[in-house]
Amino acid sequence: MNDALLRGLVPQVLGVLVRRGHDFATAEDAVQEALLEAHRTWDERMPDDPKGWLVTVATRRLIDLRRSEAARRRREEAVLSEPPPGPVEQADDTLLLLFLCCHPALSPASAIALTLRAVGGLTTREIAEAFLVPEATMAQRISRAKRTLSGEAFSTPADIAVVLRVLYLVFNEGYAGRVDLAAEAIRLTRQLARESAEPEVAGLLALMLLHHARRDARRDRDGALVTLDDQDRSRWHTDEIAEGVRILTAALARERPGEYQVQAAIAALHDDAPTAAETDWVQILAWYDDLLALTGNPLVALNRAVAVGEVDGPPAGLRALDGLDAALGEHHRLDAVRAHLLERAGRHDEARASYLRAARRTTSTAERDHLTKKAAQLRSRPEVR
Amino acid sequence: MPKYLLLKHYRGGPDPLDTDVPFDQWTPEEFDAHMAFQHDIARVLQENGEFVDAQALTQDGAWVRYGGPDAAPVVTDGPFAEAKEVVAGWFMIDVESQERAYEVAAWVSSAPGKDGKPIHEWLQVRQVMEDGPAEP
Repeated sequence: MNDALLRGLVPQVLGVLVRRGHDFATAEDAVQEALLEAHRTWDERMPDDPKGWLVTVATRRLIDLRRSEAARRRREEAVLSEPPPGPVEQADDTLLLLFLCCHPALSPASAIALTLRAVGGLTTREIAEAFLVPEATMAQRISRAKRTLSGEAFSTPADIAVVLRVLYLVFNEGYAGRVDLAAEAIRLTRQLARESAEPEVAGLLALMLLHHARRDARRDRDGALVTLDDQDRSRWHTDEIAEGVRILTAALARERPGEYQVQAAIAALHDDAPTAAETDWVQILAWYDDLLALTGNPLVALNRAVAVGEVDGPPAGLRALDGLDAALGEHHRLDAVRAHLLERAGRHDEARASYLRAARRTTSTAERDHLTKKAAQLRSRPEVR
Repeated sequence: MPKYLLLKHYRGGPDPLDTDVPFDQWTPEEFDAHMAFQHDIARVLQENGEFVDAQALTQDGAWVRYGGPDAAPVVTDGPFAEAKEVVAGWFMIDVESQERAYEVAAWVSSAPGKDGKPIHEWLQVRQVMEDGPAEP
């Protein structure tokens, strides 16, 4: 069975049903059941018209669902009026569905779950496994999200920034490497980019590709984290880098910069360097200046300090951290960056203390292990003054 | 979303209140009301899409450690020396924020006990680490 084909059809079929006038929440349940039915039967026999098959099965399930709903309410006399079957819409409704599922009224977690099911064509079980929660919990999260959306028009134009943020969150979940959510986020962003001329959509797609290109080098054979400067660059996927750079270049040419385009530009400069030592930090620092001006985000200021340390030396990098304590407080990344800069400055005792503090504060086991090992390496190294 | 473990203990915590009366001094009805409250929490958490797991542990257990290459495991039977450190069970939840985790913990702690009054038990709230990158 062609899984990619099936998953691509899910939002189209849902679009058909919603356009016929069915309520989104019930239609989405019906499409999910048709999807499960397809998983069960298509291996045996693939229908000649997969989309038509899904529409038919989902419509049948929709009638069943409404009938049992009617029975539950003891309204047997309720008219089970099936809206007249209109022509199957050829227009791709994926974009409208994406906007609906990423509605600002939903929490990020709810928007992610609903997007993966209604637009991504994943089953509830697959989504539950990806987020390590029971299937029943994920099913409830999705139906609550749909209740929140009830009454929202299918065609309500939403804020594209919210859609992009949800897609980026899905992408970042993918790094844990359970279900391939990173690949899923790229697929959905690609679809969005085909239908939207907004340069930030292209910027996000480029950013994802430029990071995804390094996925095989990011962990060693034992699953331990490998930082950018230690990665085996021959394992980076050059085709994805080339595509990311091409998409980014076209987006930047439109001269409407945004944070995803700038982050992609930084990623591209890293991907471009044959060795870590050949990284163009001067340009990277210039992009960080732009990104900081655009976002005012203290985490950006933190990453900028690393670039400052590369361009003007570790003491300058450490000075760039001044004032970030107030904004970032107990954040482990502040300690991790400070440790890195202290180590490069030869102040190994202080670096070690900072690594240990970062290790204690992070919520990631992979990062904790990495930071703990960094601290252990410094124990035997003398201070450089 | 971060996951949190809400650890319940057999009496104890930093400063146990006298409302936390041991089970053996409760009436059967008080016990049933307490358990119904706990089950209701699990049900609401599930309906919210926040529930991951809930388990109870036996009061007795053993300490076990490696005894050496040719020796049996070293086992010391319970009861544990410090009764206040004995974990009784947990809720694991997947929630938006630490604030929400604290809210659920306080709710669990409000379960009725002796005379139907909230037991005010202490819960230990611990974040579960993830393998992927830490949330920004």
